[in-house]
Amino acid sequence: MSIIKEQIPMKEQLPQERKKNFYEVPLGYTKEEAILEATRCLQCPTHPCIDGCPVHIDIPGFIKAIKEDNLSLSIEIMHDTNLLPAITGRVCPQEEQCQVVCVMGKVGDPVAIGKLERYIADWELENRSRGNINIPKKKESKNKKIAIVGSGPAGLTCAVNLIKMGYEVTIFEGFHELGGVLTYGIPEFRLPKKIVKEEIEFLNKLGVKFNLDFPIGRSETISDLFKDGYSAVFIGTGAGAPQFMHIPGENLGGIYSANEYLTRVNLMKAYKFPDYDTPIKVGKRVAVIGGGNVAMDSARTALRLGAEHVFLIYRRSRTEMPAREEEIIHAEEEGIEFMLLTNPIRYIGNENGLVKQVECIKMKLGEEDASGRRRPIPIESSEFLIDIEQAIVAIGTTPNPIISKTTQDLKTGRHGEILVDENGQTSVKGAFAGGDIVTGAATVITAMGAGGLAASSINRYLSGELK
Amino acid sequence: MFKITKKQKLGPEMVLMEINAPQVTKHVQPGQFIILRVNEKGERIPLTVADFDSEKRRVTIVFQKVGKTTYLLGSIPEGGSILDVTGPLGTPSEISKFGTVVCVGGGVGVAPIYPIVKKLKSEGNEVISIIGYRSKNYVFWEEKIKNVSDKLLIATNDGTYGEKGFVTDILIKLLESNIKIDRVITIGPAIMMKAVSDITKLKKIKTIASLNALMVCGMGMCGTCRLTIGGETKLSCSDGPEFDAHLVDFNELMERLNVYKEEEKYAFEKWKTEAKI
Ligand SMILES: Cc1cc2nc3c(=O)[nH]c(=O)nc-3n(C[C@H](O)[C@H](O)[C@H](O)COP(=O)(O)OP(=O)(O)OC[C@H]3O[C@@H](n4cnc5c(N)ncnc54)[C@H](O)[C@@H]3O)c2cc1C
Ligand SMILES: Cc1cc2nc3c(=O)[nH]c(=O)nc-3n(C[C@H](O)[C@H](O)[C@H](O)COP(=O)(O)OP(=O)(O)OC[C@H]3O[C@@H](n4cnc5c(N)ncnc54)[C@H](O)[C@@H]3O)c2cc1C
Repeated sequence: MSIIKEQIPMKEQLPQERKKNFYEVPLGYTKEEAILEATRCLQCPTHPCIDGCPVHIDIPGFIKAIKEDNLSLSIEIMHDTNLLPAITGRVCPQEEQCQVVCVMGKVGDPVAIGKLERYIADWELENRSRGNINIPKKKESKNKKIAIVGSGPAGLTCAVNLIKMGYEVTIFEGFHELGGVLTYGIPEFRLPKKIVKEEIEFLNKLGVKFNLDFPIGRSETISDLFKDGYSAVFIGTGAGAPQFMHIPGENLGGIYSANEYLTRVNLMKAYKFPDYDTPIKVGKRVAVIGGGNVAMDSARTALRLGAEHVFLIYRRSRTEMPAREEEIIHAEEEGIEFMLLTNPIRYIGNENGLVKQVECIKMKLGEEDASGRRRPIPIESSEFLIDIEQAIVAIGTTPNPIISKTTQDLKTGRHGEILVDENGQTSVKGAFAGGDIVTGAATVITAMGAGGLAASSINRYLSGELK
Repeated sequence: MFKITKKQKLGPEMVLMEINAPQVTKHVQPGQFIILRVNEKGERIPLTVADFDSEKRRVTIVFQKVGKTTYLLGSIPEGGSILDVTGPLGTPSEISKFGTVVCVGGGVGVAPIYPIVKKLKSEGNEVISIIGYRSKNYVFWEEKIKNVSDKLLIATNDGTYGEKGFVTDILIKLLESNIKIDRVITIGPAIMMKAVSDITKLKKIKTIASLNALMVCGMGMCGTCRLTIGGETKLSCSDGPEFDAHLVDFNELMERLNVYKEEEKYAFEKWKTEAKI
């Protein structure tokens, strides 16, 4: 059989339609498409893809099972290392991880590992919705309680792993909904909330307990949790504190942090205002500052809310953009206007304190900086003004300080990140941490990896193996 | 669900509710607030803890019905419940033995000043409370504040009760009387706090204001409540809500409070028609 060099494309909603709705953009593979794509996998013995994956999914294994149409085996292989494939299949930067090293990539397109992952996960979710739910057997109860703080991918993964080992697990979440960034950050059109809810429902069925509206550090402290009888604590509180540029006019009305913008829309459902009570400003001309996933999500959300022009202002060039390639392409297709090598320097407001213009300066690329990307340098006298009604600042987030401020002896780094050893253990005995709170803003899969690692460390700690 | 164990009307549009909220009462301190969400479609709104009972694990809130959410909340009967209550949020008031402290509360701001006055008193301060209302029928918690203050002064805008005028008129007179004042704490409408701050700035008396910026998360994650304090951007939910009033850009606060005026009005009108109010 000859090799198919090109990836089997996944059908998508057309740009002209999808930019007016919040439904998911890629529509998923059919069985035939999935099998065809699965046959492209060479099953090479070196499997560089497994090493490229932060949680080492047996990629050739699950793909082979798809090819042989043995989907229950495929999902079983997947679940060995990744319990949230419907989520990671949609949001992982595969082009920088498993797919970039795929051997097929040397002769043609790499295998669409992410799309196949999504296919198998969606198949299983659909099965679940028909009542065919396979609840993994729990080990004998260990009669020990563990507290998980934060319900993002790190916390959720840690919780599932621990409950399967026989621990009693309670998640404490500050917000009124579970899921962390999966719920309040990543928009519906990229990650339908129904999927996140179903994965959480699965945890519920496994017996994980949830305490919502419960910010640790405020309602109770980490040391209270130990006093309340928890044997270990996992902190997975993410990097939720927004950063601003600290340029003049940044506090004018109509200027949002991406966190505020996306929280209003995703968590509070402001896109359904006034049916839902939380309002959001709908501008005709919107500037989004930044070049990562968060910026793409904000820009595409603004478009869907009704903006006519969305300017994506990024200080470096397209090559340096940290966003997933797929999101950049989707944004371009939808008509987001990229203003590259451009940086805002101040905002100008109207008489009511609402933003009306942003002043920008042109940039050029200089030497490489510490991140290995070329440093942007302002070009003198290249300032210009853009009329806007709104701006969304998506230049990054830092770890939320509530826990470190209220936990004695918890060591943190320069940016407020919690410091851990190779086992995910913090400087406080019995307290472990992982995900964005440790690494700073990173990815879903690395957060899941950290949650999984912490679960096994907690198990070792409680069985006396780890001091 | 969080049960409303007591509901009381304190004046026109002014409602007191006691809510069963065990996770709030363990650590709550004066100056902190809760965020609540009435129902599934509701917005998250911040309300200051006006009193609390750690044994019964209940918090008291006092709110003024000003728009859709506060009217909706006010329509829930005693015994009913609220979907979400989170807290305690915010940094507690800084309270120690300062000497003589003047607490200035206006309107709905009289309620959250109460736990602060009480704690100041118990720390051994001489506390002078100045409270102000629109008119006589708006007066509430006079006795309650009086009982924990060394001196209580009242003003109504129209002179139907206490002195005629604003709390700031009383404050000016008090400052003219030349007693030594070590600190002023003020809670109320932004415009009132600004006026208080302008007065004490001239006399160089340290003044703390509890800012009521718009909020969504209340946990330092969204930045909705950011304000310029002494030239730096701060989050009122987690760095505050109390700040050195002399460093606050009150004009910015007032402008930011108005950002959603049109949307708020629209939602309220729609709700009134639907609920047939
Ligand atoms: C808009 C956006 C788009 C993104 N897109 C992608 C993508 O396409 N692909 C990708 O791989 N990654 C993406 N990311 C990054 C990814 O979502 C994060 O790296 C990941 O969610 C981190 O997981 P976490 O579990 O560490 O923390 P989070 O997901 O941030 O969850 C932390 C949770 O802890 C809660 N919490 C915080 N403090 C407390 C407290 N004191 N007490 C109780 N609970 C608390 C928070 O409310 C939150 O629910 C995106 C991020 C954003 C914001
Ligand atoms: C930390 C903090 C503590 C607070 N404590 C209390 C309290 O103890 N009791 C109380 O009654 N209110 C308090 N507030 C204000 C309260 O949150 C708002 O009144 C409420 O959110 C209004 O919601 P709404 O939908 O009913 O009205 P909206 O429709 O949102 O607003 C109606 C009108 O009220 C004004 N308004 C809205 N929000 C505020 C605000 N934050 N401050 C002043 N005016 C506002 C609007 O400009 C508008 O004119 C507090 C606010 C903060 C930030």
